[in-house]
Amino acid sequence: MIQEGFASPEDLRWKCRRCRVHLELAPVTVTYLDQEFSADLPRCPVCGLVLISEDLALGKMAEVEQILEDK
Amino acid sequence: MDQQSLRDLESRCIQEEPAPCRAACPLHVDARAFCGRVAAGDWPGAWQVLRRGMPLPAILGRICDAPCQASCKRDEAGGTIRIGALERACVQTPAPAPPRTMRLPARGGSVAVCGSGLSGLTAARDLALKGYAVELFEPGTVLGAPLLEAFDARRLPPAVVDDEIAALTPLLKAVHLGARLSQTETIEELGHHFDALYLDLAAVGTPTRDRHLWADDESSAMTRGILGGGDTPSPVLQAAQGRWAATTIDRRLQKVSITAGREGEGAGPTRLFVSLAQIEPSPPVAMADAAAGYTAAEAVAEAGRCIQCQCLECVKVCAYLERFGSYPRQYARQIYNNAAIVMGARQANRLINSCRLCGLCTEICPEDFPMADLCLQSRRDMVARGKMPPSAHEFALLDMQFSLGERFALARHAPGSNHSVHLFFPGCQLCASAPAQVAPVYSHLRRVLDAPVGLMLGCCGAPAHWAGREALYQEVRADWRLQWEAMGRPEVVLACATCLEMFRDHLPEVPARSLWHVWAQSPLPELAAPPPEAPLAIHDPCTTRHTPAVQDAVRHVLNRCHIPFEELELGRRRTECCGYGGLMQNANPQLAQEIVRRRAARSPSDYLAYCAVCRDNLAAVGKRTIHLLDLFFPSGEHPDPAGRPRPGWSRRRENRQRLRRDLLADLWRERSPDLTPHPDIHLHVAPAAAQRLETRRILIEDLQEVIHQAETSGQVLEHPDTGRLRASARIGHVTFWVEYAPAEEGGYTVFNAYSHRMEVAR
Repeated sequence: MIQEGFASPEDLRWKCRRCRVHLELAPVTVTYLDQEFSADLPRCPVCGLVLISEDLALGKMAEVEQILEDK
Repeated sequence: MDQQSLRDLESRCIQEEPAPCRAACPLHVDARAFCGRVAAGDWPGAWQVLRRGMPLPAILGRICDAPCQASCKRDEAGGTIRIGALERACVQTPAPAPPRTMRLPARGGSVAVCGSGLSGLTAARDLALKGYAVELFEPGTVLGAPLLEAFDARRLPPAVVDDEIAALTPLLKAVHLGARLSQTETIEELGHHFDALYLDLAAVGTPTRDRHLWADDESSAMTRGILGGGDTPSPVLQAAQGRWAATTIDRRLQKVSITAGREGEGAGPTRLFVSLAQIEPSPPVAMADAAAGYTAAEAVAEAGRCIQCQCLECVKVCAYLERFGSYPRQYARQIYNNAAIVMGARQANRLINSCRLCGLCTEICPEDFPMADLCLQSRRDMVARGKMPPSAHEFALLDMQFSLGERFALARHAPGSNHSVHLFFPGCQLCASAPAQVAPVYSHLRRVLDAPVGLMLGCCGAPAHWAGREALYQEVRADWRLQWEAMGRPEVVLACATCLEMFRDHLPEVPARSLWHVWAQSPLPELAAPPPEAPLAIHDPCTTRHTPAVQDAVRHVLNRCHIPFEELELGRRRTECCGYGGLMQNANPQLAQEIVRRRAARSPSDYLAYCAVCRDNLAAVGKRTIHLLDLFFPSGEHPDPAGRPRPGWSRRRENRQRLRRDLLADLWRERSPDLTPHPDIHLHVAPAAAQRLETRRILIEDLQEVIHQAETSGQVLEHPDTGRLRASARIGHVTFWVEYAPAEEGGYTVFNAYSHRMEVAR
C-alpha cells in the first residue's frame, strides 16, 4: 500500500525531544491483521521514534485498515 | 446459511413479485414498466415492453381485452389505469425498428398449425423461432382472416394485420390457403404427416367427434402431438393459448417434461403488497374522442396515474435499508455471498454490521422478513470464522467491559438488610447518562416495595449479543446469573428496556419487570415541576416493541400525573430505534446520526423518552427530549431537562464510576478507592478537540495514558515553532496520538487527538 513517502514538509519540522534532531523520511514497517507494509515515514534518525500524521492516520491508513478488515 | 435457506429467505421478500397487472395478464406483459415508459413519453421504450411480452404486438396491442385492468391497484384510488387504451395509443405511434429476429437453428421437427387466428399465428411464430419447420394451414383466402372478420377496420386496420403477417411468413416453411380443415379425417391425415399439430379452434372451429384429438391435456399431447386452443373470446388469452401450446409441442418434440417449471404460466395471483397510504386518488384521464382512443398527450397523463406498484414497505421506514440501495431479498443474497467469498473484499460487512436489529422492518413486512435475525446470525458466523472486522464493535465492547469491571459493577443488599426480595438493576446507560437519578429512584423503590430491595450495577451483556460475540455474551450472562443467585434470586426491577428484552429472551428463569411497571402500580414520586402545558410526543424504545405492557405502564404513569402526551405515527409496535440498537452507532456512526435526525423530525413536539440512550441520542442532534425520570428527579445542573446535553463518552464512564463510589459512600458507608488510572494528569481539552474526541471515540483516559507514557519514557516529538508536543501509545488494538502542551495552570492542554489501528513495527 504505502510505497511513496507519506509526509508533508510540515511533518518533517517535528523534532525528537529526547534526541534533539529533526525527523527524516526513512523506511518504516507497519503491520495490521498479519499483513506487513513498508513506507517512508518521518522518523527520528537516532532513536527511531516515528510520526504518523493525522492526515495519514485518518486517510490512507484508515482506508487500508478497512480493506484489510473486509478481506 | 445454505442455498436452500437462502432461497427460503429470499422468497419471504415479495418485492420482486410481479405487479398485480402483470400477474393478471395471461402473457405476463409488464404493464407497470409499460406505463412507466408511456408516462415518460418514451414511446419506443413502451413498444419494447410490449414486444417483450406480446406476440404480434401491433395486432394484439389494438385488440387486447386487458384483463390486467381488473387487478389494477389504482382502482382503489380513483379508478383503474386504462391499460388497454394505452396499448392502443402506443401501437399507433411509429414502431421502432424491431430487434433482429433470433431464430434458433433447425431442430428437425415438423409442425402443422391450422388456422391463422391469434392463437394459430402465435403458435406458428413461436415454434418457427424455436427452429421447427412450421406449415400454416388457413381455410380462408388470406392469413389472418379470422382477425379481419372479428374486428372492424377502424379497430384493426387490415394493413396492420398484413404487416405483422408479412414479418411472420418468412419464418414459416409453407403457407396453405383455402385448406379444408373441418373434416376430422383431414386432421388425422395431417397428424400422420407432421410430428405435431396445433388447431386454432377460433379459426377452424371445433370438430364434433373424436374430441380427444385436440384436448390440450398432457396425455393427448404426449401420445398424439395434437393440441387445440384459442376457443375463447379473449384475444390476449387466444395468444397465450397459442404460446402455451407451442411450449408444450416444443417440449414433447424435445422429449422433456411437459409440465416442469410451468407453474407460473398464465394469469394468477401475486404476493406483492402494495400500500395506497400515500396515494392521492385521481380519476382516469378522459378521451377527447372515445372512438379514436387516447391522444399521445392523454395517454402520457393516464399512464402517469400508474402508481408503479412496489412493496418496499420496510425500506420506506428504515434509513438503513434505504441507504444500502436495495431491499431485503437482495440483501439476503449479498449477505450469503459475503459469507461464501474466499478471496477478495467482503462487501456486505458494513451492511451486516449497520443493522439496528430493532425489528421494525419485520413488524412492517407483510411476510415478516427477519432482517435482524439474518444480520445477527451473520455476525455470529463472522465472529466464529474470525472474519468480523475488529473495529466494528470494539469501542462498545470495551465500554461493556468497563461496566462489568471493578469501576462500576456492584451488587449489594439494601443498607441494613441481609437479603433481597427485589433487586434494582438500573443498567449501564442510565447510570452513564443521569447518575444523579439512580439514588432517588432506588430510594423510592425501597419505599414502595414491601420487601428488601437490593441494588446491582453492571451490564446485561446486550453489546456482546448484538456484536455476535456469543461466547462472550454467554460469559456475561453466566456471571450475571451467579451474582443474582448469590443475592438470593430476587425479582429484578429494570430501568432499561434493552435489559428487559435481554432478560426475557435469554434469562427466562429470572423474574424481571420494568421500573415503569412497578411505578404504574405504586404511589408515584412527586413531580418536580408542574406538568408541561404542551403535550410531549412519546418515543418508545425499540426494545419495547414486543412488550406493550411496558409502553402501557409509561402512559399510565403519565396519565396519573396529568402529563399531556401524544403518540408518534411510528410508535408502539412500529417505533423506531434511535441508532444505538445493534451497535449501529459503532459500526456506522454517520448512518446512526442520520437515523436519529430522521426520528427527531417526526414531530415538532418535545419528545418524552424512557430509555437513557434514546434520550441522549435525540438530545445529541438537538431534539428537545425529556426522560421520564427527569419529570421527577431533574438534574440540578440543567434547569431545562429537555435541553440537557448528551454526556460524552468520557463523561459517561466518569458518571458510572462516580455513581458507584457515591452510592457506596452514601448508602453503605463504604469508602472506595478512585480507580481512575491517572487521576493526577489533569487535562484541559480545547473545545475544537473535545468535539473530535467524541466523533473519534477517544476517551480522556486514553489521552492520560498517552501523556503518562510519553512523559515517563521521554518519547515525545516537539514542534520547534509552537512548542507543542506530540506523542502516541498503543492501548489495546489502537494507537492513540495526542498533541498537547503543558498548561500554565498545571496539567496539560490537549489540542488534538487521533488514532489508528495499524501498528508501527518496533
